[in-house]
Formats: sequence, structure tokens, C-alpha cells
Amino acid sequence: MIDRDQIVGEDELNAYVDGELPADRRAAVEAWLAAHPDDATKVGAWRKQAELIRERYGAVADEMPPQRFSVNRLTRRSYGAVAAAAAVVAAFVAGSVLGWTVRGVEAARPSDLTLFTADALDAYRLYVVEVRHPVEVPGDQRPHLDAWLSKRVGSPLHAPELDKIGLKLVGGRLLPGPTGPTAFFMYETPSGERFTLYCGRTGDHDTALRYTTGPQNAAYYWVDGDLAYVLSGPAEQDKLHAVAQAAYDQIDRRMPPEQGG
Amino acid sequence: MSEFHEHIKVAIPALRRYAQALTRDAETADDIVQDTLVRALRSEHLFHGGDTRAWLYTILTNLNRNRLRSLSRRPVLAPIKDSDAATGGPEAGGRDITRALDELAEDQRSALLLVVLEGLTYREVAEIQGVPIGTVMSRLARARGQIKAYLDGERPTLRRVK
Repeated sequence: MIDRDQIVGEDELNAYVDGELPADRRAAVEAWLAAHPDDATKVGAWRKQAELIRERYGAVADEMPPQRFSVNRLTRRSYGAVAAAAAVVAAFVAGSVLGWTVRGVEAARPSDLTLFTADALDAYRLYVVEVRHPVEVPGDQRPHLDAWLSKRVGSPLHAPELDKIGLKLVGGRLLPGPTGPTAFFMYETPSGERFTLYCGRTGDHDTALRYTTGPQNAAYYWVDGDLAYVLSGPAEQDKLHAVAQAAYDQIDRRMPPEQGG
Repeated sequence: MSEFHEHIKVAIPALRRYAQALTRDAETADDIVQDTLVRALRSEHLFHGGDTRAWLYTILTNLNRNRLRSLSRRPVLAPIKDSDAATGGPEAGGRDITRALDELAEDQRSALLLVVLEGLTYREVAEIQGVPIGTVMSRLARARGQIKAYLDGERPTLRRVK
């Protein structure tokens, strides 16, 4: 019969089913199964499950993938994102009514672009006039600010460093957003002109910069990874574009490929 | 087309298969595949050799985990039609394999599908999930036990905590 150190456990039974068992254990497992009908039934059921899964989903791999998965097309879009930004911006220069500037396709459910841009501009207008309490955490506590907001938003994020283009980080705060907690960073020029970056999670795909303008304020929206960003400021497109582009470039470079868990 | 692009192109059909089984919804699956491709192509400069296919599975697995995490934070507003499509299939109403997969925790489902549908080794799955091989094995064992119980008609003992 089978002696004690020959006992076959769940792990070995799984490895046996998956062809992962070391060759020298194979005979022992087969002998065990012959002597233990319950385990043999279990192994049979596991094999049947695998068959059902392959029957149900296996054929998907034989289908022709949709056109939008063409690597050529995707590389044009992803590598060209920054270069194409200007063209996309031109295409999106929108009417004066904020929030209704999306192409009419998704009229039924407002897109994240619409929701985020509208909320971001509301926040901009609300806090940009604050003199004493524009932010919750001041910009000189950047590591704390980044860590706190990353934790609350649920995705690693960093306040871009825009000192090179003359913008000092005033600080940041947490706000409710269209999809959950949202980070809000405020920047200031030496002359006191303010720009804000609003950032929350989205299910949308990566996009290049998209411009929306109103009577006094304007915004650039984009998606990078699982986060949507809205850069808001005074309605001077050239200046706003320069700030948005600087933030976009920095965030794009930081984005890890999400290797590992 | 570069070798890297060629490897990605060849992997697309299998990625779609994995994504459909993982999400049980064709549309969501293709959205995730597209995100995976965009991210992989954008990160080409960060990819220093190795197995392109395993790397793509890693990105896809992570993106789906992120998706479920963000879904769990917002109220479910999906129309009834959609949730039918997600859990149903031709034999909707019965205890089929799709519904059995629904009952699993995400990490168990992903481990099982990578092994039985995508034919990856335990070692590859451990790398994709970023856990030791022992953890992959216990995820497999639990997934199989739970599917068996479900298909045998038992009530699920453990509801998935989303």
C-alpha cells in the first residue's frame, strides 16, 4: 500500500491535472488516485471544468480582432499623442457653453470628459478666488500631499513640478468628483494668476489634450492610465495650452507600465 | 513592423480570449484589451526583452483589477440588460460555467483562466500575479473547489467580497 510520506494532497492533485507534477511523483499520484475514488472523481471534475471553460471561450481566439486593435493604428495614436495634441485641440475648440462640447454621439450619458471638465471648472471658480484658504495642504509639504491624495484617490499621483514655466505649487485639497474622491492642485504665477489641476479615476481610454472654453475660464482634459486630468485656468488658450502640455508631459513620463502587482 | 510590435500583434487573439473569460462581457473585454495594447505600446521603451506575452497578460490582469476596484467604489447603475449579458450567455438561468466563474474572487479566477485557458505555467502565473507559486496553487485549488460546489448545485459558501 501507500506509505505515509506518499500522501497526495490538493496541491499535487492540481499540479497533476495541470501537467506541473515532477516526473518522479507521477506514478505515486496515479497509484493514489486508483486507491482513492473520491479524489479520482475530484480530478475528473476539475478536468471537466477546464474543458467547459475552453469550450465556452476558446473560440474567441479564432475570431478576427476588431479593426481598432490594429497595432499601426494604436501606435499612431499613442506615440503621436503629444504631437497630435495641437491638431486635436484645433478639432475640439468648442462653443461657449461649457460641458456640452462633446461630439453628439454620447448624448444620453454624459461622458467623463463632460463630467470631469464641468466639476473641475466649478472647483476652479470656487477656490481660485480664495485668499486665506485656497488649499488644505500647502505646496511646501509636497510628499505628504502626494501620498495623502494618492491614497484617497486610489491611484498613485504626483503634483507636477511646473516651476520651470513659472508656476509655484500653492498646495492641494481633496474634493468629491464624478467617479469618487478627486485630487485638486493649485498653482500660481508670480503675478498671482492661478491654474488648477483636477484629477480623478476614470474608465476612459487614454486621450490627448482636449480643450473646452467658457467666457472667462477654460480647461484642457486628458486621460492617462486610469486617471482623468483637467487643467483649468484663465481663458487664454496659448498660455493654458503651454501649462497643460507641461503637466501632460511630466505625468506621461512618470506613468509606469504597471509591471507586477 | 518591429519585432516588438509583431509579438504584440500575435498575442491579441489570446488576450481577447482571456479578457472575455475574465470579464464575461465581450464589450468590456475588448475595452480592456485596447487599454492593454495602448499601455504596452506606449511603454515599449521600458520593456527590456523577456516574454512579451506574459507582460501583456500582466498589464491586462492589473487593468481588470483596477477596473473592479473602481467599480466597487461607485454605485452600480448598469441597466438590467447589461448585467444579464455579463452573467448570462446562451444558457442563462442555469448553472453554467460562466456563472460559476462569476462566483470566484478575481485573483482565483485570473489564476485559473491563465492556467487552463491560456496554458501558462504556475511560474508564469506567479510572476503575472506578483505572488509566490504556493499562492497560485492555493488560488487554483480554491477556484476549482468552488466551481465544483457551484456546478454540483450547492449554494455558494463564500460570497465574493467586491
